[in-house]
Amino acid sequence: MPIANSYLQALEAESIHILREAAANFRKPVILYSIGKDSSVLLHLALKAFFPAKPPFMLLHVDTMWKFREMIAFRDRRVGELGLQLIVHVNRDGIAKGIGPISHGGAVHTDVMKTEALKQALDLHGFDAAIGGARRDEETSRAKERIFSFRSTAHRWDPRHQRPELWQLYNGRIHPGESIRVFPLSNWTELDVWTYIRRENIPVVPLYFAAERLVVERDGMLIKVDDDRLSLRAGEVAQQRWVRFRTLGCYPLTGAVESRAATLSEIIAELAAARTSERQGRAIDHDQSGSMELKKREGYF
Amino acid sequence: MAPPPLDPGDKDMLRLITCGSVDNGKSTLIGRLLFDARLVPGDHLEALARDSKRYGTVGDSPDLALLVDGLQAEREQGITIDVAYRFFSTARRRFIVADTPGHAQYTRNMVTGASTADLAIVIVDARKGLLAQTFRHSTIVALMGVRHVVLAVNKMDLVDYSEQRFAEIVATYSLLARRLELAAVTAIPTSALRGDNVIEPGAAMPWYRGPTLLDHLETVDVDRGDTRPFRLAVQWINRNGADFRGYAGSVLGGSIRTGEEIVVQPSGASNRIARIVTQDGDLAEAGAGQAVTLTLTDAFDVARGDVLAATDRPPHVADQFACHLVWMHDAPMLPGRPYLLQLGTATLTATVTELKHRIDVEIGVHEATKQLALNEIGFANVALDRPAPFDVYNENRDTGSFIMIDRTSNATVGAGMIRFPLRRASNLPWQAFAVDKASRARIKHQRPCVLWFTGLSGSGKSTIADGVEKRLLALGRHTYSLDGDNVRHGLNRDLGFTDADRVENVRRVIEVARLFCEAGLIVLVSVISPFRSERQLARERMADDEFVEIFVDTPFAECERRDPKGLYRRAREGKITNFTGIDSPYEAPESPDIHIRTTEMSLEGEIESVMKVLRDRGVIG
Repeated sequence: MPIANSYLQALEAESIHILREAAANFRKPVILYSIGKDSSVLLHLALKAFFPAKPPFMLLHVDTMWKFREMIAFRDRRVGELGLQLIVHVNRDGIAKGIGPISHGGAVHTDVMKTEALKQALDLHGFDAAIGGARRDEETSRAKERIFSFRSTAHRWDPRHQRPELWQLYNGRIHPGESIRVFPLSNWTELDVWTYIRRENIPVVPLYFAAERLVVERDGMLIKVDDDRLSLRAGEVAQQRWVRFRTLGCYPLTGAVESRAATLSEIIAELAAARTSERQGRAIDHDQSGSMELKKREGYF
Repeated sequence: MAPPPLDPGDKDMLRLITCGSVDNGKSTLIGRLLFDARLVPGDHLEALARDSKRYGTVGDSPDLALLVDGLQAEREQGITIDVAYRFFSTARRRFIVADTPGHAQYTRNMVTGASTADLAIVIVDARKGLLAQTFRHSTIVALMGVRHVVLAVNKMDLVDYSEQRFAEIVATYSLLARRLELAAVTAIPTSALRGDNVIEPGAAMPWYRGPTLLDHLETVDVDRGDTRPFRLAVQWINRNGADFRGYAGSVLGGSIRTGEEIVVQPSGASNRIARIVTQDGDLAEAGAGQAVTLTLTDAFDVARGDVLAATDRPPHVADQFACHLVWMHDAPMLPGRPYLLQLGTATLTATVTELKHRIDVEIGVHEATKQLALNEIGFANVALDRPAPFDVYNENRDTGSFIMIDRTSNATVGAGMIRFPLRRASNLPWQAFAVDKASRARIKHQRPCVLWFTGLSGSGKSTIADGVEKRLLALGRHTYSLDGDNVRHGLNRDLGFTDADRVENVRRVIEVARLFCEAGLIVLVSVISPFRSERQLARERMADDEFVEIFVDTPFAECERRDPKGLYRRAREGKITNFTGIDSPYEAPESPDIHIRTTEMSLEGEIESVMKVLRDRGVIG
């Protein structure tokens, strides 16, 4: 009997179930498309969930204007191939104030260009559900996040008053102005994501694969010199090194890891032996212990 | 440990829950599993070392519990407060661990974690043996239908690894397991702190020859050998062009092949599977756990909420059932109050018609009760607003379970496991009469309606209603007035003023008002009716244009100043309890049909504002 007994099939089926619930429960749901590997898997699952029709979701990318150039190129190519509707939102107020990660630091930049920008976009378009690729294994505060996670009219998450979530029953009922964040990949791990990408042959941004890239060591991280906005400080030297990225975000805030893993199988082998977690390369997580929880309560995705 | 095989995607998955009390080492046990299996990344270990110095409770060693306890607030309190999900993978299996707190007031979290678990680890402190919490956890495990139980007798290091102590605890637990009808119990002596029998055998317990915890988790057979009948709850209608109409959903039991006959419930229409569509190509067969899109040979109307099922073993279809109900909200469950009920992919309106008993989960006895408070578990009859398909929970967890949602706040307030269908409603068919509401109203030359006056005690509801009724009478209309105080002398003589009794009080008034309305009368109802849910029920029990909600809005201070019946004074003196506005809430209407601010209007003006709406609506000419 073709029972879904492999865990990867079970995870896929669970995610498809969640995506269909999201489509059925909300008036105007949107996929938060961040271009990374998790978004790629999410998009792939959405195509499966609604085949042969197209997914009944628009895509939203909150562009901080500091993403890797290869991410933007990949985004535009992928969305074009699939014929989906993409909204790109930029916080114009932040641009007017000249906010950026180098001039203002990671915390301010992320708050203004990402968290605030996301709230603006959700309000502007009246989205009542935002579907994201966050996973519970990424960070301790995420381990307690619900799959249908309630947000107040001010987009706030209250970890102490979450709706209980039982069986496969997701409560999507909200009042006007409130919203739900939907996390279909909640029960996936980083290794699951890569194993699935290999099995399903899902396109991802080439930055995930090791190559010689121009990087500079800064604050203990390897930062890619992605464009000329990153000027070298005294004593810094840009050099070609074999690196890859485990997560993708704003390039001045995203550390590369030294790696020779240039294929999916090599990435999976590397992860299976890995001794560090995926978000280690993210500068914004290390400000203080529990900092992700603080950001999430304020509406960070 | 050998690294996982290169394609780990083919392992199977085990979902488990850990149950233990605050200090019997539950988080440490899970932390130990992750730590010894070397599944904790290096930077998490660094954070652990840092946090252990700040929050740790075990001196200089890493406090493994901190690996599991997520939120900042919880670390500071030293307890886990919600459900957290952890993942780990070994060469043989992929695990999802629901970690839920053992603290007494968090039954709802444990119920949540247990709802999807295949296996439960019940942790007992070897020094203390079975505690009240052990009974609580095991009762919930049994209620939630978790089939496999591991009894982890932990902290064996603190009882000198005594085989006799272990045997005593196991013997006592087996009595409990028999009473609760727990199927498969495996007992393992452990020391999470020292790592004995968690992953490696405990050298200090040579007398124990069974598997370590991880051995058991990796090998226990949870494959159900699915003999259940086919079920699929329709989630989404997939329309693609003019020709394609598919029904998307997850197979919730059994399996299905193309060409097989199925029945669509609740309609009972027969149909046949044409195609099983997936993006990876059509399938000949689909089984439990798969998310598919089905097309049918006959173009009958199928909607979200319908269940496609095996023809020879269809689900029950009924509008009443008996169930276990776990209450998960601060506001208690009140029989008679309507809630939303999410059952599979259907959303219905439901009321608890009879609360049979509450279960004391620590000693297992049943107690009489009028309501269910947070974390209480009851056995109840539930009535739905229409027949729905379902199974008994023990036969299918997905089609036999539901959540209850508050209609005002949208909070998830309860969870239920259906035990058996009730057929009484189907034995009580409606008697059809030739004379109906319209014909009764016609000979009175009027349109019936219900004028529902709500407001605080002393706000002036009855005075305004009386004035309106006099005007209607003068116009030759046929009316009846139902007064909150007066009905309590007769019809509702048996009810008090608790929230539960107030709900029942209003429910009866609604039904009587409805009967008078059926009789063709204009009905004036003056009751405080403090809760939005019941007023919403009143609106729903009448036809759309028959219900007029009138908010008699007098500020609390003004009502207390007037105090026409001396009730406020007596409530202040503590001689009356559960008095609305003092120690019982009033939920003001958000959008009443008529809003009368009594401090801004004369009585004549108030009466006229009601008459105007009746004229506008064509109730009176």
